[in-house]
Amino acid sequence: MQQEIIIAGFGGQGILSAGRLLAYAGMLENKNVSWLPSYGPEMRGGTANCHVIISDEPVGSPILNSATALVVMNGPSLEKFEGMIVKGGVIITDSSLVDKSPKRTDVDVFEIPATKMASDMGNLTFANIILLGKLIGKTGIVSKESFAEALKKVLPEKKHNLIPEEMKALEDGMNY
Amino acid sequence: MGEKLLMKGNEVIAEAALRAGCKHYFGYPITPQTEIAHYMAKKMPEVDGVFVQAESEVAAINMVYGAAAAGARVLTSSSSPGISLKQEGISYIAGAELPCVIVNIVRCGPGLGGILPAQCDYFQAVKGGGHGDYKMVVLAPSSVQELYELTVDAFNIADKYRIVTMIMGDGILGQMMEAVEFRNQEEIIPADKSWATTGTEMKRDNNMVTSIYINPEMLEKHNQKLQAKYKQIEENETRVEVYNCENPDIIITAFGTVARIVKNVIKTAEKEGIKIGLIRPISLWPFPTQEFEKYAEVPKAFLSVELNAGQMVEDVKLAVNGKRPVHFYGRMGGMIPSQQEILDKVKEILK
Repeated sequence: MQQEIIIAGFGGQGILSAGRLLAYAGMLENKNVSWLPSYGPEMRGGTANCHVIISDEPVGSPILNSATALVVMNGPSLEKFEGMIVKGGVIITDSSLVDKSPKRTDVDVFEIPATKMASDMGNLTFANIILLGKLIGKTGIVSKESFAEALKKVLPEKKHNLIPEEMKALEDGMNY
Repeated sequence: MGEKLLMKGNEVIAEAALRAGCKHYFGYPITPQTEIAHYMAKKMPEVDGVFVQAESEVAAINMVYGAAAAGARVLTSSSSPGISLKQEGISYIAGAELPCVIVNIVRCGPGLGGILPAQCDYFQAVKGGGHGDYKMVVLAPSSVQELYELTVDAFNIADKYRIVTMIMGDGILGQMMEAVEFRNQEEIIPADKSWATTGTEMKRDNNMVTSIYINPEMLEKHNQKLQAKYKQIEENETRVEVYNCENPDIIITAFGTVARIVKNVIKTAEKEGIKIGLIRPISLWPFPTQEFEKYAEVPKAFLSVELNAGQMVEDVKLAVNGKRPVHFYGRMGGMIPSQQEILDKVKEILK
């Protein structure tokens, strides 16, 4: 079993760190993982994306030509990547920021006003976590417990006080 | 093994160097390897080491010469255009038989080119680059774990033979994160450094480190000594991974990131009844010629897949020596071949 996820949006939305958290959680479950950020010319346009693979087998190429799931936090990224999602895959959009719906009808689509929800929680930086909540809830790609563990590993110690809130954001995403 | 960590390739190179006892880093920033310098800038003060962001690549490589001459374990890192600038210094270091490690996280050229991954510096790394009859050991990892292990090996090889050792990766390898486990063990294999210019304290004759030999008899003798050393390295330090090579229809040869894509292709092809083997040179110099000789008559053909216009394929042809056709497939400019493209090429060859 191999899950291939593309997370995309603008720089500063926590796109790369969302991918990293997912990969870390996968690794903590003893799966093979890779995380590959965009560092090419598209970065200069202010967009960011990363490819994450979580697999029972050793990861071959870290570059994705297709993916089982897409999480997007801006309109251009939806347009760019939705064609890469396999039939039966998952597309999750932040509908606070992405005004169009995916054109695909052969995938599961979830449109979540994550930025609005995060703003209501009083911390905009939770938007990416809310979207990951949906992804984890729908695909079971990693467990909630591993994700909490990954937060501990990835966040600097001075931010560990945020972990309960981050987990609340994750659950809000799951339950949306 | 220690705890499994999720780390970026570039950071793992830097951490590996520190574990291998490298306390001197000199570099100049360039994408996609700058995280090596970031990591060193942060960590060197903690180990009482030296980090210098030099004024240029040329300055950095000459600082490497100096530190190496004084017997230190020393690292510099750059990406293609920066490595070109270092070539004069590399030739001098090779001539002076100084040990050092150079990392090239290759980007696409020629010229300033672009910042995306490529393998277009193969010739530069294994055939020369700088002037004169010299060789560098060139190691090409294909995973983050291997970046760690081979960087440690690079320091030990450099010291053992007093030779420049290069880690050649590409932008993907440098930028990606993967699990890595650091060993809980001493990584430094001690080497004799009685030749280093550390000051005589008036107790011994002075050591001299130089690459200039005006007397032709002496210079020829020096060159013969270098060649003998290179021959010894060819015998001892060749590294290769042979994968799935029992009775394959075709053997693909690829190094670094491309070998990972090929492993995926092997799986897909198997489902279609095509058996593909992989010979992955881990040391690009010394090139694993013997493995190719061994398998030269096993498949119907060979295919070299590279992120360039066809460079390693020349060494594969020399090694296969006409016993089977050797084909080539490559992408340039930062483009990466998809599994499907490689599989299509295999089918075209086998047709």
